[in-house]
Amino acid sequence: MQKYKNPNQHLIAPGHTACPGCGQLMSARLVLDACGSKTIIANATGCLEVTTTKYPTSSWKVPWVHSLFENPSAVASGILAALKQKGLDKEITVLAQGGDGSTFDIGFGLISGMWERKENILYVCYNTEVYSNTGYQASGATPLDANTTTTPPDKKSMGNAFIRKNMGEIAIAHGCVYVAQTTCGYPADIINKVKKALTFTGPKYLEILTTCIPGWGVENEMAVQMGKLAHKTGIYPVFEYYDDEYHVMKIPGEPLKVDEYLKLHKRFKHLFGNERGKEAIKQIQNIADKNIEKYNLK
Amino acid sequence: MILNKLEYRIKNTEYRIMKLDNSKQFLEGSHAVAEIIKLIKPAVVAAYPITPQTHIVEDLAKMKASGEGGFEYINTESEFAAASLLLGASATGVRTYTATCSQGLLLMTEVLFNIAGMRLPVVITCANRAVSAPINIWNDQQDAVTIRDAGWLMLYGETNQEIIDLHLLAYKLAETLRLPVMVNMDGFVLTHTYEPVLMPGQEQINKFLPPYKPAIGTYLDVKNPVTLGSLATPDSYMEIRKQLAQDIYLSSDLIKKYHTDFKKVFGRSIGDNGLVEEYKTKDAEVILVAMGSVCGTIKDAIDEMRERKQKVGLLKIISFRPFADEEVIKHLAKAKYIAVVDKSISLGSEGVLATEIKRAAYNQTKAKIQSFIVGLGGRDVTKEMIEQIIFDIKKDKTNKMHFISCTD
Ligand SMILES: Cc1ncc(C[n+]2csc(CCOP(=O)(O)OP(=O)(O)O)c2C)c(N)n1
Repeated sequence: MQKYKNPNQHLIAPGHTACPGCGQLMSARLVLDACGSKTIIANATGCLEVTTTKYPTSSWKVPWVHSLFENPSAVASGILAALKQKGLDKEITVLAQGGDGSTFDIGFGLISGMWERKENILYVCYNTEVYSNTGYQASGATPLDANTTTTPPDKKSMGNAFIRKNMGEIAIAHGCVYVAQTTCGYPADIINKVKKALTFTGPKYLEILTTCIPGWGVENEMAVQMGKLAHKTGIYPVFEYYDDEYHVMKIPGEPLKVDEYLKLHKRFKHLFGNERGKEAIKQIQNIADKNIEKYNLK
Repeated sequence: MILNKLEYRIKNTEYRIMKLDNSKQFLEGSHAVAEIIKLIKPAVVAAYPITPQTHIVEDLAKMKASGEGGFEYINTESEFAAASLLLGASATGVRTYTATCSQGLLLMTEVLFNIAGMRLPVVITCANRAVSAPINIWNDQQDAVTIRDAGWLMLYGETNQEIIDLHLLAYKLAETLRLPVMVNMDGFVLTHTYEPVLMPGQEQINKFLPPYKPAIGTYLDVKNPVTLGSLATPDSYMEIRKQLAQDIYLSSDLIKKYHTDFKKVFGRSIGDNGLVEEYKTKDAEVILVAMGSVCGTIKDAIDEMRERKQKVGLLKIISFRPFADEEVIKHLAKAKYIAVVDKSISLGSEGVLATEIKRAAYNQTKAKIQSFIVGLGGRDVTKEMIEQIIFDIKKDKTNKMHFISCTD
């Protein structure tokens, strides 16, 4: 492995205003470094945008545009169309990126349109499993039973009532040429997957589970650990899909039980020390077991 | 034999480019727009269908398919996406185009504000149509006036010739000011009507509107990376918005200037100066104020009333944004009655243009100014209705808004 880069060599400059230990910022830096300087980014509204572009400063060393919360996909389509007319589309990478709220919920229709058009765009979703920027409200990526500010557990609530959407499978169903999931627990894997993605021409989707320190209620230094545990429990499958085949990152050894992961988050605290919670954890274990089976993670 | 809609259109296309004489062509309004857009050469065209805009994007699709149009033509999954796509393309430094109206324009609203705030020279045509509910595909002007605060320059044409010409002016303004421009044409009344028009030649167009070359450092370019669309805190937001407001307000002068250039190159004008057109106002006791195709009907009504020695005139508003207060007041100040004719309404208030005229006229005239609503949802506006308005404004002792030709 290469030694640490001088922080000023990264394409996201130091000095952003994200929380210490943010899994998303770290992942975004890895993604962009892997894409290289000949990249144009369309970014959704969200933590990544807000913490890097306070006027008149910017952390971005590549051309970067933010329009709205729900449209980085269509903005990226426009960038690509313009590059085609300039004859630059073969040499420049178009990267669209947003959080899970942007990707799973409000921007969903526009992403579907972009994929349908089979455009050569890499879309990266930084999945914090919650609307981080507005204060940790539930999104379509929020896991079952998570405590968010709009799904508070109480006498009549166990937290989020829904099982999260599976965007990776939705991307595959759209015929994306490359689909992958990974986590901020595996920095080298993020780099490899971006590089691999860019060997394909056409619509590409990469989803990275990125720890939200305050949203999940974990300590500043835990982003990487949480990313690894999400994989090792089977809660978050790490895989690639291309040429009609899955390529899976196997869980090393026996999969861990989900409570090894859940117990570390404040957002799942209400599941511990009571009967109702025990039942809920069983259900979550069931989801993880199904993932392990479906994606052949063992 | 009853033809289905598609057969009917195919049969009709052969008439669409019927030549009248050496210079004028007899074109459907939508086709005329598509033709001028082809000559303006946008790099990226985004499309999403909505009646009565459809013929414009269909004609552009045909031009793309035949190779006549060299632009990227992209079918999107919504108007929201179409506008976003143009935002991205424009931010990458190329000329862009789409057309929409009504529900489509409203769906775009968030993006429209964004495009203006980001100072991107996007140009769109709005084929003005009523807004739901009740759903109605016919013409009025509710759609565009509803987004008047978005930061777009908004131009209104009376005839298809004006619509052609306004598109040229629109791109010229957009690209110099780095501001978006919307050209408004009444749905069906203009979009689906055949009129003889002069289609300018490519050389003339290039002279007036050279290829778009944005300044380096203003667009997305890997050789000169910029950050566009950043977060502005209370420290800077207000100054940025003030600058936008001022630039739009001052654009009246630029419209006049480019209108002079336009006249030189094309040998005709768009109203008096690209901002307004006065018609028989000099000695008028009653002046009607209106925008769009209804001005044609009003002019005919005025001619007939003038024969009966009634002193009536019209002030046609071409530029609704910027609203050229001085130009407007100049023509209105001496009238006794000012009847503002709106094809839209700010619900809970009155006609949108009426409020605008009252604001501009504040302390500038003693005239009675009254709001008249006509033609909502495609109801025909006739010369008789115009005469009714003249009658009403003199007779009515109140200042209340009137709905013309509308049962209680
Ligand atoms: C149309 C619209 N609705 C709501 C918002 C408010 N908003 C801004 S960022 C955000 C949450 C972003 O969440 P996500 O996409 O998950 O990104 P994260 O902040 O977690 O990185 C919301 C709800 C907005 N900007 N625009």
